[in-house]
Amino acid sequence: MFDEMRGSGDAVRPAYAELSQWLAEVKPDVLDFRRREAELLFRRIGITFAVYGDPEAQERLIPFDVIPRIIAAKEWETLRRGLEQRVKAINAYIKDVYGRREILKAGLVPEDLVFQNPVFRPEMNGQKVPHDIYVHIAGIDIVRLDADTFYVLEDNARTPSGVSYMLENREIMLRLFPELFSRYRVAPVENYPDELLETLKSVAPPSASSEPNVVLLTPGVYNSAYYEHSFLADKLGIELVEGRDLVVKSDVVYMRTTEGLKRVDVIYRRIDDDFLDPLVFRPDSGLGVPGLMSAYQAGSVTLANAVGTGIADDKAVYSYMPEIVKFYLGEEPLLKNVPTWRCREDEHLAYVLDHLEELVVKEVHGSGGYGMLIGPKADKASIAAFRAKLKSDPKNFIAQPTLALSTCPTCVDEGIAPRHVDLRPFVLSGRTRTRIVPGGLTRVALKKGSLVVNSSQGGGTKDTWVLDN
Amino acid sequence: MTDETLKNMLSRTADNLYWLARYVERAEYIARILDTTLRLTALPLAYVGTTNEWESAVATAGCASAFFEAYKEANEETVTEFLAFSTSNPSSIRNCFESARLNARAVRTALTIEMWDAINSAWLELKRWGNGPSSREECARFLRWVQGSSLQFDGSAYRTMLRNDAYWFSRLGVYIERADNTARILDVKYHLLLPAIEKVGGPLDYFQWTAILRTVSALTAYHWVYRENVKPWLVADLLILRDEMPRSLASCYENLVQNLDRIANAYGRQGPAQRHARTVRARLENAKIEDIFQSGLHEFIDEFVEDNNRLGTAVTQQYLL
Repeated sequence: MFDEMRGSGDAVRPAYAELSQWLAEVKPDVLDFRRREAELLFRRIGITFAVYGDPEAQERLIPFDVIPRIIAAKEWETLRRGLEQRVKAINAYIKDVYGRREILKAGLVPEDLVFQNPVFRPEMNGQKVPHDIYVHIAGIDIVRLDADTFYVLEDNARTPSGVSYMLENREIMLRLFPELFSRYRVAPVENYPDELLETLKSVAPPSASSEPNVVLLTPGVYNSAYYEHSFLADKLGIELVEGRDLVVKSDVVYMRTTEGLKRVDVIYRRIDDDFLDPLVFRPDSGLGVPGLMSAYQAGSVTLANAVGTGIADDKAVYSYMPEIVKFYLGEEPLLKNVPTWRCREDEHLAYVLDHLEELVVKEVHGSGGYGMLIGPKADKASIAAFRAKLKSDPKNFIAQPTLALSTCPTCVDEGIAPRHVDLRPFVLSGRTRTRIVPGGLTRVALKKGSLVVNSSQGGGTKDTWVLDN
Repeated sequence: MTDETLKNMLSRTADNLYWLARYVERAEYIARILDTTLRLTALPLAYVGTTNEWESAVATAGCASAFFEAYKEANEETVTEFLAFSTSNPSSIRNCFESARLNARAVRTALTIEMWDAINSAWLELKRWGNGPSSREECARFLRWVQGSSLQFDGSAYRTMLRNDAYWFSRLGVYIERADNTARILDVKYHLLLPAIEKVGGPLDYFQWTAILRTVSALTAYHWVYRENVKPWLVADLLILRDEMPRSLASCYENLVQNLDRIANAYGRQGPAQRHARTVRARLENAKIEDIFQSGLHEFIDEFVEDNNRLGTAVTQQYLL
């Protein structure tokens, strides 16, 4: 087991030296007081998170842990290069699938995996998008198993969320622990909104003026990530719009303003493909904008991320990522993939069925930690039930070994104890360059021994410090 | 000339700001009604007569029919619950704060942090009151708190918002709601203000008149303006025609015309809302209280309520859809 602070032994790793000393010096009641202060601040700012199907907790706080997770400059450099490479490959792959389909012709990715995927959008076939960028904002989930190895656990290429926590966690830490910051040189993350706005402007359609009108499209106040949507719109200085605020006329998108209609050039949408346009996708969706797809196909508006990017981020495609990187970039992948058994293949399925007790089995299209089996933690009955589910639809599942995710010291009821963490950095792809703000969202499984870091399942967050050289 | 520095504003944002302000203003008004009623009913019967003040409170709040669908009798308990804490009365203080915060959440980006903090804290604090205060004393504290929260919100809007269309739309909400509230109390109590009453009036009516003034926080203002004892026609004069009285119909319309003009100037276009507000304003400016009594106070108020509603509709059609 690898601990971010103590490594595999007992010696404190260099990046954590100051923190470890500070933790030893600080009085427990001071830490406790700041913890409560942090919670109060979050509550007042209104950073909440809705959990679906839980009316009691309509607006819940994600627990925040005040002990930062620290990444050394050299480690970050490795990560940064790996992330850039990975997202480049993802963009190339999506372009190819909706274009010449060379990777399918080469037989590297099975056709049915693409075409039978419900998130494959035939509307995108042959569709040009500005500067060939499909995934403008990617959230790549990274886990660490030892000092040298970072694994990608999941690519999020649709509407990744969590960046507001990266920004707010830092603000709160700066307010509560200035003395700790004075001991470190922590790379700032506060420029993320500017980088995002630049990225979005850089992919405006050719018809847009030099000051393109960028808006953020939200499903509305009842969406679990609404806080983040309003937070980002505010930081970017752009309008936060709902579907009903937009209207399409002659393939041009407008927003309704107090002065009449105003043209929209770029839509940073935080609403799934399915709900974008009731004329093309789900007809019962009241969240979208009728005619939006037609305007998009006419090239008068840019959607970020593009439509149909889901083909690059489900868990079945994931297992092909190393091949995808090599195919398009001719490079060895810098970030590792977690070994994955594809239950769609007979040999893999047989192995998985034989080893259910030790594997994590996930639904290919699942997210948020729902619908998965964690073999080592499951009892006999649920393993049996899952076995039946798996056999009836093997294509729908992949399996991975239970990873010993690294741990990080965390404030819990018993005091300070190691808890498992992951990391979601955000990768921005624009016309000329890729931007990655040094940091990300560190999620922590607050329950002892738990490996599930999802906020919908009792996970918390930490501030992530990337050290400057 | 249009103002080039003005950012386009979503119609829905303007709508949310307008209603956010209206709901906060309404919550305060309801709190004032309850406050005044508690005071009146604490007096010995000989001073206030046998009218049911709780029934009158429900009427002044404008929800008499909804109330009597839910309750048989209007008394301290039922009315306080209905006006302050009911979840089924859309204009209860609780629901006003709920709606205000819902509107505020939808336009977080258009609010200053102080305004958000004021409304969000009020909403969080309201939960601590549970299903209502358990004693008169607690109730009084609750009502003071509601008024304080409204002042806090209004004050932070006044002190921190940029003076642009966002501010002007939220002011429109305040003044349309305020005009409606003042008109409503006049509508319910108009019979007490008719000059004829003075002849038959004794101490009984005196407490009613001061109660009206209290509801619109104008008791002290009255003495400053008129420097004499409370006279019913002067109460009407103060509430309807005096520009210097912040809750008078005249003052509300002075502000409405001003804010609508600012919007029109910024957008470079006048419309039906501006014209209508100016007409109402002109009528209030030119009226004398004697003339109003002559042609009928009740009719005058009725017509005003209609006109005020019409302005709300005009603003909605012109800007908020």
